[in-house]
Amino acid sequence: MTDFLLILVSTVLVNNFVLVQFLGLCPFMGVSNKLETAMGMSLATTFVLTLSSVCSYLAYTYLLQPFDLGYLRTISFILVIAVVVQFTEMVVKKTSPLLYKVLGIFLPLITTNCAVLGVALLNIKKQNGFMESIFYGFGAAVGFSLALILFSAIRERIAVADVPTPFRGAAIGMVTAGLMSLAFMGFTGLVSF
Amino acid sequence: MSAVLIAILVLLGLAVVFGLILGYAAVQFKVEGNPIVDQIDDILPQTQCGQCGYPGCRPYAEAISNGDAINKCPPGGQSTIDALADLLDVEAVPLDSEHGEEQIKKIAYIREDECIGCTKCIQACPVDAIVGAAKQMHTVITSECTGCDLCVEPCPVDCIDMLPIPTTLNTWKWEQPVPGVALIATDSGRGSEQRGAA
Repeated sequence: MTDFLLILVSTVLVNNFVLVQFLGLCPFMGVSNKLETAMGMSLATTFVLTLSSVCSYLAYTYLLQPFDLGYLRTISFILVIAVVVQFTEMVVKKTSPLLYKVLGIFLPLITTNCAVLGVALLNIKKQNGFMESIFYGFGAAVGFSLALILFSAIRERIAVADVPTPFRGAAIGMVTAGLMSLAFMGFTGLVSF
Repeated sequence: MSAVLIAILVLLGLAVVFGLILGYAAVQFKVEGNPIVDQIDDILPQTQCGQCGYPGCRPYAEAISNGDAINKCPPGGQSTIDALADLLDVEAVPLDSEHGEEQIKKIAYIREDECIGCTKCIQACPVDAIVGAAKQMHTVITSECTGCDLCVEPCPVDCIDMLPIPTTLNTWKWEQPVPGVALIATDSGRGSEQRGAA
């Protein structure tokens, strides 16, 4: 149990996927203009990341490893993630129109989120087991959500602040992201995993 | 050689399995449009009059499902608003007078000896309830007319009247009973409306 807790703390704070490992930066900059969309994106990403890290772990362990095809992992993971996202979208659309309204437009976007592929590949690199993969994926997603929601809340405040003209828009966004990244560096050494 | 073949076969197998899963899901989880839009569309009176500011009832139904106000439909009146409030589980509100007043049900009537056959009313009719040709007399198919008023404005000789539908032996109905007590929350609004009308 302590192991899983360590994985969670490690992925959420110490090795935060966005602010420390710099994965999944496109949605981080792209959908952080409004807190509401950021929350939708976070929910959808949490869902997909956890599911796809499990699926890609299964695909690697039971399909690629027995045939000694480890070098095909990138292309097969892309395939697995795309299918998982598509399948999830169809099921959600049919079973829960309300949930689809919240997550709908973000689901296809996540297919191209590099954090999703990154988690799948890092799971293999770290030789995580089944349960560890689940927690690693979930922790990564929570870390992503945390960074995204915090960042969008800051950006909403910045939007009404008196920013010097050359820094308006994306520029101040980049500066803010850099400062947040610096702040998250403070967690280094909290746990060693 | 065999290693390459195995790699191709494994990847092919993976792709085929995924293709089958997605194909099955596409059939199994098919969604025909937005179900809530259909339900809203069923409640709206289908006059296609555009008094709500949308080009017809279906666009307005889509707008309601996206969060527009439910009180923009004068032809439907308070009963439509109450039904929508029940369906969407929101507060029933009075009709927005900006979009028109609630009126008794009417149908268009063309005074045929004055009609010059300009076809302008035919083009205006959203439900194709007017028959006729250029330079020929036009007339209204009463069973199709929704009473939306849209043909009155374009007529150059003002030969279209909106007549209230007369009560005949075929159309007469018992008045709806008014419950003595409010059974559910939205009943209170409905009861008072009917008591007021009676």
